[in-house]
Amino acid sequence: MKIPYYPGCTLNTVAKQFDTSAREAASIIGFEMKELAQWNCCGATFPLTPDNVIGLTAPAKVLSNARKEGDTLTTLCSVCYNVLKRTNKVIRDNKEKRNVINGFIEEEYDGSVNILHYLEVLRDKVGFDKVKGAVKRPLTGIKAATYYGCMLLRPFEDIGIDNAERPTIFEDLLRALGAEPVEFANKIECCGAHLAMNNEEVVTNLSGKVMTSAVDAGADLIVTTCPLCQFNLEKSQPKVAEADTGYRPVPVVYFTQALGLALGQDIETLGFEKNSSDIMPLLKKKGIA
Amino acid sequence: MPRIGVFVCQCGNNIAATVDTKKVAEEMGKLPGVVYTCDYKFMCSSPGQEMLKQAIKDNKLDGLIVSACSPHMHEKTFRKAAEAAGLNPYQCEITNIREQCSWVHHDKTKAAGTVKSIDLTRMTIQRLKKNQPLKKIKIPVKKKAMVIGGGIAGIQAALDIAEGGRQVILVEKEPSIGGNMARLSETFPTMDCSQCILTPKMVEAELNENITLYTYSEVEKVDGYIGNFTVTVRRKSKYVDEDRCTGCGECIEKCPFKVDSAFELGLAKRKVIYTPFPQSVPNVPVIDAPNCTKIQKDKCGACAIVCGPKCIDFKMEDKIVTEEVGAIVVATGYQNMPNERFGEYGYGRIKDVISGMQFERLASSSGPTGGEIRRPSDGKIPESVVFIQCVGSRDEKKGVSYCSKICCMYTAKHTKLYSHKVHGGQSYVFYMDIRSGGKRYEEFVRGAIEHDGAMYLRGRVSRVYEKNGKIMVQGADTLSGNQVEIEADMVVLATAVVSREGADTLAQRLGIGYDKYKFYNEYHPKLKPVETVTAGIYLAGTCMGPMDIPESVAQGSAAASKVLALFSADEMAREPITSVVNRTTCNACWDCLTACPYTAIEREAIKDRQGNIVRWVAKVNDGVCQGCGVCVAACRSKSIDLKGYTDEQVFAAINAF
Repeated sequence: MKIPYYPGCTLNTVAKQFDTSAREAASIIGFEMKELAQWNCCGATFPLTPDNVIGLTAPAKVLSNARKEGDTLTTLCSVCYNVLKRTNKVIRDNKEKRNVINGFIEEEYDGSVNILHYLEVLRDKVGFDKVKGAVKRPLTGIKAATYYGCMLLRPFEDIGIDNAERPTIFEDLLRALGAEPVEFANKIECCGAHLAMNNEEVVTNLSGKVMTSAVDAGADLIVTTCPLCQFNLEKSQPKVAEADTGYRPVPVVYFTQALGLALGQDIETLGFEKNSSDIMPLLKKKGIA
Repeated sequence: MPRIGVFVCQCGNNIAATVDTKKVAEEMGKLPGVVYTCDYKFMCSSPGQEMLKQAIKDNKLDGLIVSACSPHMHEKTFRKAAEAAGLNPYQCEITNIREQCSWVHHDKTKAAGTVKSIDLTRMTIQRLKKNQPLKKIKIPVKKKAMVIGGGIAGIQAALDIAEGGRQVILVEKEPSIGGNMARLSETFPTMDCSQCILTPKMVEAELNENITLYTYSEVEKVDGYIGNFTVTVRRKSKYVDEDRCTGCGECIEKCPFKVDSAFELGLAKRKVIYTPFPQSVPNVPVIDAPNCTKIQKDKCGACAIVCGPKCIDFKMEDKIVTEEVGAIVVATGYQNMPNERFGEYGYGRIKDVISGMQFERLASSSGPTGGEIRRPSDGKIPESVVFIQCVGSRDEKKGVSYCSKICCMYTAKHTKLYSHKVHGGQSYVFYMDIRSGGKRYEEFVRGAIEHDGAMYLRGRVSRVYEKNGKIMVQGADTLSGNQVEIEADMVVLATAVVSREGADTLAQRLGIGYDKYKFYNEYHPKLKPVETVTAGIYLAGTCMGPMDIPESVAQGSAAASKVLALFSADEMAREPITSVVNRTTCNACWDCLTACPYTAIEREAIKDRQGNIVRWVAKVNDGVCQGCGVCVAACRSKSIDLKGYTDEQVFAAINAF
């Protein structure tokens, strides 16, 4: 199985380990992520003003390129996923906008690409049972906090990957990998997102709440699906630890790193050194590495 | 040559502002067959009607047109006046030159409105020339009613009909009548105990000679028409002989098995042989067959052993009974929207997040805690309770767009009950708007805030989660503009009132309309609030939409008064606008029979003198036919016509345009 793949800018730069671990895991499970021959930035925010069509042209360009390579497209970054999926819906359902966008990008795209998050590929195309069967190094004993963030789930009518208020897809995967997901209050709350650029205080507060609620619930590890969440959590963690002496810092990793680990990939190749928190002591403690 | 009169109404300025009524009258006078015309300020006033009667007599009119408002408004008035002057009332026709003419044209020169009125009136004149005199249809009426649903609205309707001296059958799905009201603790705004005001009515319904109770029963099929309904009712097997049971309760005592009580909404268990609540009417237990080991596996049978009058029969089967009634009152009530739909509030996941109805049970003296407010998880008395309003109501995205109407009031009541029962406890209410329209309602809510210390926060809750044994409620207080987080011991959700499951199926059986939320449609939202489009079927209570107890009771009485009015004469007269089949051209294809939404068409055999059937034709039952005309359109051989709206009349009108 070959699935056209859109990495997005972040996975090509600061979140390289997210990209490489996902591709490697895919090849172990038995599918190939075929990077689009041509792609550009998705725009990184879905324009919420109803008449802002120009903001949709960048993702539309990505989608029309993807259409040339197949009828599905997978991506990893929550923001890319959110922007592409919502833009696709606009193009599919709104004829007027479709015509304007197609006029701009000089393509005839009709919204027929099915956009799947990597998690959806694992759940719907591969099956978590098959993933479970491929596990060589189960994450037994690790209490994992599955941090969804918001862009992966909402708005529900446009995204629909899972129940927006009580999702389970992420927990189901971690369970298949042998870890024990913990229930924590802020698992679908915002990390602060782009406010990292101009209002760090908000980010520290929100990301702090996410991590505190995860650690209070007993998590040894926080797993993320989004480079921006990963960045904000990693950056805020030392500040949280500084402000709250009772806080116990935990490693924060991409879910594909956890996946690769469970599938038995060489730990050296998973790019943990690029993460700011060290996962090795935890792995040693649990007897995994 | 016909002798037609044309009366053009000015309707004050309603018509005259944009229509030159005098000109219309003049123009009509030029048409052949029109012998009298006039215009007048208010045709519907008494002098207007007198003028009309006089003109009919003076000019020996044999037909008349009133060009005025919609026939829905005054057709009856003018036809009555025509009848009084000695004409067949169906020789009076209305032209609507107000709603779709003068009101929609704003041309002050009156040009457009006048031309259109002339056209419309001319059409009606040509149509009138083809009119046939019609006679009202008389239908015999069976003076016995059926009330479906034994909640407060149904009980009230049944009692009032019985008081009026007529027989009533009250059909209830559950083992006891009482409905949702039986679950409530106290009622707003007077805080009288719900059971105390309801149970006397329940007992009265049981004892009244004119009322037959069919509990644990459901309506399966409805045939017939106003005055003559045939209703098939399934009387589910109770496995207990109702006539012999003394209601001693020994069987319940001895039953060794327990399951969740539906009446207590999962807050308590009940036995497998049970009555839903202590004051059940009738006080006859039923066996919950799927959970009974005797019925399922032929083991146990303890209840039958201890039963003194030996009235338990494990082999009892459902009974199908057929009842002939003249009128039906539908009072099937409501249910609450499932709370699990709102993941953010944690219902079903966090034990101490409960529904408003569950809170009623906690506060009820006959409830699982004996009226003490104790939280379900550990039985602790909560020191703080958060009430969340509009859970599903006024929320088009996740719930329903309408307001559930009763929640503002019952939440205020809950805060009062809580503060009376738990001294020092703090209640918080998240609300969108406080809707407390009603006699003494606003004062009641103010009382909850000012005297009983409920903290009202205007805003929505975004998340409810557990932390260190507390329930954290995260929300916005839009009046102060702050985000708030409240540590609570219990959370109560004011869930939307929705229609009962299966409401649509019952409506289809009855042939009545319902809206997109499956609430039943009244005939007219203001002027016919308890009637339905199907004559003889009336509505009461929350099957129509959210309403409180006083309203439900008022509607029960209103429906009963309609039934009693219907039963006041031996025959009822109805409009003769029905279909008629031309028996010589009907070729019995039965397309009309399939098309008819009221099952008003029957097959009729035509026999020769020896009594042999020679052919079949369609026949319209005048009692059932509503005059919708669907059969007319469906008939391939053009053998059906609608009286009062014949093809001939309609074509004459079109040709005159």
